[in-house]
Amino acid sequence: MRIQLSVNGEKHEADVEPRLLLVHLLRENLRLTGTHIGCDTTHCGACTVLLEGRAVKSCTVFAVQANGKQLMTVEGLEQNGNLHPLQAGFMAEHGLQCGYCTPGMLMTSYAFLQKNPKPSEDDIRWAISGNLCRCTGYVNIVKAVQHAAAALAQGGK
Amino acid sequence: MALRTTPEVSGMGHSMKRKEDPRFIRGKGTYVDDVVLPGMLYLDIVRSPHAHARIVKIDSTKALAVPGVLAVITGQDLAKYNLHWMPTLMSDTQMVLPVEKVMYQAQEVAAVLATSRYAAADGAAVVEVEYDPLPVVIDPRKALEPGAPVLRTDKKDKKDNHIWHWEWGDRAATDRAFTEAAVTIKEDIYLPRIHVASIETCGCVASFDKINGQLTVWMTTQAPHAIRTVFALVAGHVGLAEDRIRIISPDIGGGFGGKVPVYPGYVIAVAASVLTGKPVKWIEDRMENLQADSFARDYHITAELAASKDGTLTALRIKTLADHGYTDAAANPSKFPAGLFHVCTGSYDLKAAHVEVDGAYTNKPPGGIAYRCSFRVTEAVHTIERMVDLMAHQLKVDPAEFRMKNFVKPEQFPYKSALGWEYDSGNYGGALQKAMDMIDYAGLRREQIEKRAQGQLMGIGISSFTEIVGAGPSKHFDILGLKMFDSCEIRVHPTGKAIARFGTKSQGQGHETTYAQILAEELGIPAKDIKVEEGDTDTAPYGLGTYASRSTPVAGAAAAIAARKVLTKARKIAAHLLEVAEEDLDWEPGKFSVKGSPDKSKTIQDCAFAAYTNHPQGMEAGLEAVSYYDPPNLTYPFGSYICVVDLDSGTGEVKIRRFVAIDDCGNIINPMIVQGQVHGGLTMGLAPALFEEISYDENGNVQGGSFIDYLLPTAVETPKWETGHTITPSPHHPIGAKGIGESATVGAPAAIANAVVDALWHLGVRHIDIPITPAKVWKLLRAHGVTE
Repeated sequence: MRIQLSVNGEKHEADVEPRLLLVHLLRENLRLTGTHIGCDTTHCGACTVLLEGRAVKSCTVFAVQANGKQLMTVEGLEQNGNLHPLQAGFMAEHGLQCGYCTPGMLMTSYAFLQKNPKPSEDDIRWAISGNLCRCTGYVNIVKAVQHAAAALAQGGK
Repeated sequence: MALRTTPEVSGMGHSMKRKEDPRFIRGKGTYVDDVVLPGMLYLDIVRSPHAHARIVKIDSTKALAVPGVLAVITGQDLAKYNLHWMPTLMSDTQMVLPVEKVMYQAQEVAAVLATSRYAAADGAAVVEVEYDPLPVVIDPRKALEPGAPVLRTDKKDKKDNHIWHWEWGDRAATDRAFTEAAVTIKEDIYLPRIHVASIETCGCVASFDKINGQLTVWMTTQAPHAIRTVFALVAGHVGLAEDRIRIISPDIGGGFGGKVPVYPGYVIAVAASVLTGKPVKWIEDRMENLQADSFARDYHITAELAASKDGTLTALRIKTLADHGYTDAAANPSKFPAGLFHVCTGSYDLKAAHVEVDGAYTNKPPGGIAYRCSFRVTEAVHTIERMVDLMAHQLKVDPAEFRMKNFVKPEQFPYKSALGWEYDSGNYGGALQKAMDMIDYAGLRREQIEKRAQGQLMGIGISSFTEIVGAGPSKHFDILGLKMFDSCEIRVHPTGKAIARFGTKSQGQGHETTYAQILAEELGIPAKDIKVEEGDTDTAPYGLGTYASRSTPVAGAAAAIAARKVLTKARKIAAHLLEVAEEDLDWEPGKFSVKGSPDKSKTIQDCAFAAYTNHPQGMEAGLEAVSYYDPPNLTYPFGSYICVVDLDSGTGEVKIRRFVAIDDCGNIINPMIVQGQVHGGLTMGLAPALFEEISYDENGNVQGGSFIDYLLPTAVETPKWETGHTITPSPHHPIGAKGIGESATVGAPAAIANAVVDALWHLGVRHIDIPITPAKVWKLLRAHGVTE
């Protein structure tokens, strides 16, 4: 089946099997390997991307469901050589270690901050509770999201 | 520790931002599943639904008819090359693919090779295997009963399921101490099977170049050099000599010990690539990872502790049954079958101790890995910290006061433990006091009395652990005879920048940053100007890899020693350039200056340039050095943790209100990274304390085989960790560091368990095995008459 979609502002066409998972389309057909796979039961969130602005776990979406839609992956966060405040926040606050869950954490946090630009710590913890991290103990991820929220409130993009 | 370098140089003690982060935050890391080669084939594995069964027939007809499927590989195919079994590190044997029977649920039975990931999975789904089920042995105690079905029928003379018996310590002195003791206590403690569940699963891309006879394997391994040697030893007879094997460990998405073993999938992928001459990718899914990869723990412990009338601890006696699954494939590089379990006297000055461990075969997956600790250290720490707490409660002495009384005292170091370890340095009372001050321990105890009067369940738990890391001295450790040194090779370029390569492999610990900081401290070359590389056996010096918190204690020491060798040569060059004797030079990080004339100086960069342009006559050009460091002793990080819990008497939920962790890892390289390691370690201590367990029903069906029922803590369950540190340098380590990656995982579970028991002690509860689930607490509450 032929599909068309936009990923990080770039148009793509692909001929895919109806059963192809979105995460495999991104990783293998489009070679956007920043989106990771960490489980097979939609629990870990490493594969989180934005579909029409909504955070979805791309291991549980078929590629054909993205036909005609706008997608954003971790590769789309940096704009014109400028890191997104979330990316800067994760670095500044040591919000990552092995880096495997990081793209999913970034995309979940991105969608979350759009809806809730002034979150409490508890809000952040609930927002990222569909993303598992085995390295950081989450404390610094929470700080990283707070860092980004503060930067965005001051006019960062 | 006073800073010796500027933030620009960022030597030790600077919270330098990590050098690895720019690629990870952009999604530009290269993990093994990101590796794609032209013409690459995909491997998927058929697994057994039975825990113990004879294989009657494997029919590949339907699988071979699936478009894209090229081959179905069975044990019979591998047997032609004698690759159907492989040796384990523990001198046991493990199946790659079975030819006769399967020994656990989810065991590899056959592998399907196809042109795409989906075709391989389609093929695996239709390989038809006929099984003849055999009696299943799950409980290791039953496995050792007379008349139990003998599982290892492949071993000709094996008449039971007993693997080994090991004991350590002075049995007579320990028994005597127990006879003479005023107070003794005894408790059964079970540490269940758990799984590291790194967010990246395991996998590889094996690529065999038929023309050059060269095998390259990108794989999720924590120990690339050791893997290369193992491959050469196992597959040498089919032409894979060590010079023809290159192992590349790319970015690794968490290891925690789970990426030390050689899993059958790797071997099958290598065999498939060698046979086809094409690259072969094998990536396991999460359920395969949880159900078949190496487990941790599974120790059935009976511990006894003795004390005199005044509450002085005197002796410890432990008997343990270790469930190893169907083979002993423990990732244990020590010379002791139960690893470092005999560090179980912990932080206490015991006069006598004796430990016995028996290993048993059962119909479960093999393994025995550390789950973010040195091998069997969490088992040891959990046991002693539970027992000490139990004794304090029994004697009606405050658990903090009781610990203070029985600690090994600072003046006793170096301290020889009753079981023979030489602790390098420590100040256990200092760490506990700091934790007590930080959390207001006295205030919490007062609050607890008030809460208890109101019928509320609040508990305070302490864990004052001593770790043992940095494997290790060759008298205690080896891997197939290889001594457990590690290495650093440093080359300083003419312009004063450098590259340093190591035999270890980071899995998230931040080696690219911390190693650069050690070198910056020693050489004064800014850490940002030092490129750190690991993981490619064709370029890195030989080393034994990263696990058991050994990177800083061993490779970190190698970095300091290599840098000092570089500096020795740089000093000669500086003396030549300044036309003075070497002894007339002063060194501060980055600069030699003439004694008494500080304006006459040469920087390390000047010396580097001269090493290639203007070195003294008779001296070889270049500025580089290599060090292979065999540590004289292990290091003994320690700490004290205090946990406060509130229990919901209605649901049985354990709510962690506060958790204060004071760690002492000796001198600190990067405070930000050390704190991050503690946060992560604490969370991997919380996980088995409250949530994680892989158990089996009587038929050997795995429970906890997916993230649906194997529960990793999320940000919601994880408390806001409060951390701090004391600094007691290791006297034998070149930079006084000890290692920090695993302390918190080792120390945290006992603090949590002690807090829960403390909350319930007045009801008559004496012990709860981890994981302390709401259901367990709810049942205990009801059994002890609490109704809501």
